[in-house]
Amino acid sequence: MAWDDIKRQITESDVWQSMFRHGYEDTPRNRILMVSGNVWLHLHPSKVRRHAVRMRFTWCMGGITFLMFLVTTVTGIYLMFYYRPTAEYAYADMKYLEFDMPFGMLMRNMHRWAAHAMVIAVWLHMFRVFLTGSYKPPREFNWVVGVILLVLTLLLSFTGYLLPWDQLSIWAVTVGSNMARATPFLGHEGPGHELMGVNPIYDARAFLFGGGEIGPHTLLRFYILHCIFFPLVTSLFLAVHFWRIRRDGFSGPPL
Amino acid sequence: MAEEQAALQVVPGAGKRIEVPIRKAQGPGDDKVHTWPYLVRSEFICAILVTVLLIVWSLLSDAPLEEPANPTKTPNPSKAPWYFLGLQEMLVFFDPWHAGVTLPSLIIVGLMVLPFIDINPKGNGYYCFNDRKYEIMTFFLGFHILWVSLIIIGTFLRGPGWNWFWFWEPWDVHKVEAMTAVNLPYLMGVRNPTLDFIVGGALVIGFFALGTAAMYWWVVRLKGREFMKRWGGVRFGITAFLFLNMWGVVLKMLMRHLFAIKYIWVTPWINI
Repeated sequence: MAWDDIKRQITESDVWQSMFRHGYEDTPRNRILMVSGNVWLHLHPSKVRRHAVRMRFTWCMGGITFLMFLVTTVTGIYLMFYYRPTAEYAYADMKYLEFDMPFGMLMRNMHRWAAHAMVIAVWLHMFRVFLTGSYKPPREFNWVVGVILLVLTLLLSFTGYLLPWDQLSIWAVTVGSNMARATPFLGHEGPGHELMGVNPIYDARAFLFGGGEIGPHTLLRFYILHCIFFPLVTSLFLAVHFWRIRRDGFSGPPL
Repeated sequence: MAEEQAALQVVPGAGKRIEVPIRKAQGPGDDKVHTWPYLVRSEFICAILVTVLLIVWSLLSDAPLEEPANPTKTPNPSKAPWYFLGLQEMLVFFDPWHAGVTLPSLIIVGLMVLPFIDINPKGNGYYCFNDRKYEIMTFFLGFHILWVSLIIIGTFLRGPGWNWFWFWEPWDVHKVEAMTAVNLPYLMGVRNPTLDFIVGGALVIGFFALGTAAMYWWVVRLKGREFMKRWGGVRFGITAFLFLNMWGVVLKMLMRHLFAIKYIWVTPWINI
């Protein structure tokens, strides 16, 4: 049987046609179906402005931020298989991961560098959106969502910083969280703390740490925030962010 | 909405499908290309390149892992993650409640209100400096000069004891810095604690009051009264407050670095 016959038999079968509704022919109709008929690609409009596609206009930074989010999700799930968020095991698991697990070190490196790259990319994305005035009507609200996503990116990165449970991580998180005890009214060293009756084991930082000092309870708390809470919240805001871009049109003057 | 409903009502015959264009692109902006392949192609290539770069970076350089956590052994210097070092550097100039809580909150809120206080319709969807000089310069000051350069200072120029070390200086744990900083009223010759409080308060409140007045005068001179009316008191007030806070940070940094001034206003509750 000729190759074309086999191909036709497959692509004309009921099973194939139940999954794929159009082919790859380069026709205007098909180009639109490619985007509108695909659950992932339909985040795009089917047409975009010519100038907005150019790399020197878009910088691709929003896309890179999202790519970094996906990379950290995939590598993060891999790391979760080998990591236990307890003071006894966390550091030992890091060593095990680095020296004994196949691709453990590479996965850890990719997770960490992608997280750093995500912070930088999200800043550059914000800078580009500012420069092209893309927060102006009708996209004001999406800029606000973007600022929330920026904060979530920093929180994701910060909560992950503690997990290796080495000197670098606990002291960086200690320094970073010390600010919380100076929160006006809610921190035990902040102005107005007398009025609220807060103390070192009952204030904003203790809420964050799960106790008066950084310890095993903090590790578990940060682990859950890092692996479940913030990724979920970030995904929700990402959905809103993308939906709004789709609705308000990709870069360029308002539709 | 009313138009849409009207359009739906005139659809002849039940079950018949018609397509009603909601908004039609027109004019010079109507220069569209298909997303597939033109945009998807760029995204795909970009994703591959970035992934390759990331893998190469991860093969060449290992993520740090130091000794096991030891709450009894504080390293010197102890630094926050690099993206927060701008805020840690602020601790040199301000008390923790301000550097660690108030300023970051102002940054976040300030960024969020940006689209609502900027009513300039120009510069939407294209790069242009001349259409929005002041917006771009302000963003540049906040993002590049303050945020990024403070991170660089915090990362590379701050050593043990959070003392300043130039790039070529070794980090000496025993470096002694004379604590010569005094408060601004003291420097002005005010030695009485009550008067000190009044002078400091007058300076801080005066900075915001005079700053707001100067900004009002400047905007009216530059853009005219008509613009100020359109901009409105609330937008102007928020903008002036955020703008003056930003310059206040710069001013306080300069006063500390150049004249060793610690606080401007000392009160029993807060110091500024």
